[in-house]
Amino acid sequence: MTSPVVNESTVVLAIETSCDETAASVVMGGNDILSSIVSSQIEIHARFGGVVPEVASRAHLEALIPVINAAITEAGIVPSRVDVVAATAGPGLIGALLVGVSAAKSLALVWDKPFVGVNHLEAHLYAGLLDDPTLQFPLVVLLVSGGHTMIIEMRGHGDYVIMGRTIDDAAGEAYDKVARYLQLGYPGGPAIDKLAPSGNPHAVEFPRAMMHDGLDVSFSGLKTSVINYVKKNPDVSNVDVAASFQAAVVDVLCAKTIRAAQKVGAKGIVLGGGVSANSLLRSEMTARGAAAGFTVALPSREMCTDNAAMIAAAAWHRLASDGPTSLSCGAYPNLKLDAVPR
Amino acid sequence: MILGIETSVDHVGVAVGDYRGIRAHSMLASDRRHAESLAPMIQFVLQQADATMADLSAIAVDVGPGLFTGMRVGIASAASLAWALELPVVPVCSLDALAMNAEWSDNVVAASLDARRGEVYWSLYRMRGVGVEPLRLTEPVVSSPEDMAVHLADRGEDITCVGTGFIRHAALFEDVPWAMMTGEPHAFPTAQKVVVLASHRIAADDTVQAGEITPMYLRAPDAEINWLTREAAQ
Ligand SMILES: [Zn+2]
Repeated sequence: MTSPVVNESTVVLAIETSCDETAASVVMGGNDILSSIVSSQIEIHARFGGVVPEVASRAHLEALIPVINAAITEAGIVPSRVDVVAATAGPGLIGALLVGVSAAKSLALVWDKPFVGVNHLEAHLYAGLLDDPTLQFPLVVLLVSGGHTMIIEMRGHGDYVIMGRTIDDAAGEAYDKVARYLQLGYPGGPAIDKLAPSGNPHAVEFPRAMMHDGLDVSFSGLKTSVINYVKKNPDVSNVDVAASFQAAVVDVLCAKTIRAAQKVGAKGIVLGGGVSANSLLRSEMTARGAAAGFTVALPSREMCTDNAAMIAAAAWHRLASDGPTSLSCGAYPNLKLDAVPR
Repeated sequence: MILGIETSVDHVGVAVGDYRGIRAHSMLASDRRHAESLAPMIQFVLQQADATMADLSAIAVDVGPGLFTGMRVGIASAASLAWALELPVVPVCSLDALAMNAEWSDNVVAASLDARRGEVYWSLYRMRGVGVEPLRLTEPVVSSPEDMAVHLADRGEDITCVGTGFIRHAALFEDVPWAMMTGEPHAFPTAQKVVVLASHRIAADDTVQAGEITPMYLRAPDAEINWLTREAAQ
């Protein structure tokens, strides 16, 4: 393997297969996105009401080569131009992760180029920077998805502190469960987001759990109160319940994120993860953040949800700081934010 | 030269060779660390064969039936190698490769792999000589070992039994006169046999492109089975 040189012309091909999107992307110099291909499995999982690991793994394998091929073609490069091959090594679904890791290591082997196993959570932090390179550290990032809910202080490259996290369900999980109960469809986030504007967000004042203690959040109780309320009031409008539920989730997320930003004197607030595509969260965070004196960066929908461009960006920084990952790297389903795959 | 990959069982194996024979191979009883072992093993075996990626003319891979996760590690790797090298792929059925472990047999050969959950993958073969692709008598299926035993007994002839499917359910075949059991060393398909089988298929121009490899799962995901049962009940 050639010794890694990381600079503005370094081209990274990255593969992301941690959950239900098969993605590949070519990024130059850590922030110039030459291509970003995402093949979503949402329709495949919809009938099950959630991501089924074995179904996801099978779909990743099917989409793998077409997606990689499209990323190279759309980038307008020849494969030999690739300097680094990266893949998400965790956290995520083990069988799904292994598809991307195996592919990336094989490509690195053929091209005799360094391989980088990327931490998916770290990559979400880079998604914000990819969309807005002018952001200054320290940043406070609210990472909210179907699998994660975290408030993170990003002090610099590779330097993170988790300030708060969910003690039970992830925000996206709560959305899915409530949407399933109200029979609004899957995935729950977009379904509720679409309906909520036509409902009354104050119809039911659902509890804001742990609103005043610390920066951790909890959504399990909220989900239970929604279900209990609908059981007791079978005639209530689903749309009003959805709007009130969403208002409670967004209220908690905004309040805690802004409090975290105040605590560390953040230079900005960044949203990341699938739930940050939610329109109420975006508008509320922008308004309340501005009122508190913070710039709020709202990455594009493509950068909020899982993609491989953010994997490539994180790989570029990790290669510079830590060097390549061993070809005997596996997949790490429970990888923590501060862990670097070896 | 052909690179053969075997990851559909607990073992991980890599071999390089062609119709004249195997140049180098390596096997690891990996306890399912397929993903960790495969890439370094490919590197090692090529080195031992004094070959480079540029010497390869095809990639052969065991596509199951077997361990889903293991199979996918092998298939994702084979597909990526073949795509980057612009080489054809030979998908090899695990049971075909397993049957080759009894290529000396004059009997019908039953190849069976443990499918867990009390089931086995199996199919029947007629051997056509050492190093020659066997003739499939039945298509690979998944069933209970009892169903397989009934089917084998009904044939009314001696059958050479090979694979973990028989070892796992040995009690079923203990006092059966027609079952010629083979032992542990022959119980798994190997990368060497994957290469041998692939060399015949390449000669017959029977290959696919990197993006066209179809895994042989033989069993739907649990969620799909549950969903179909639920739909049928409604
Ligand atoms: Zn994610």
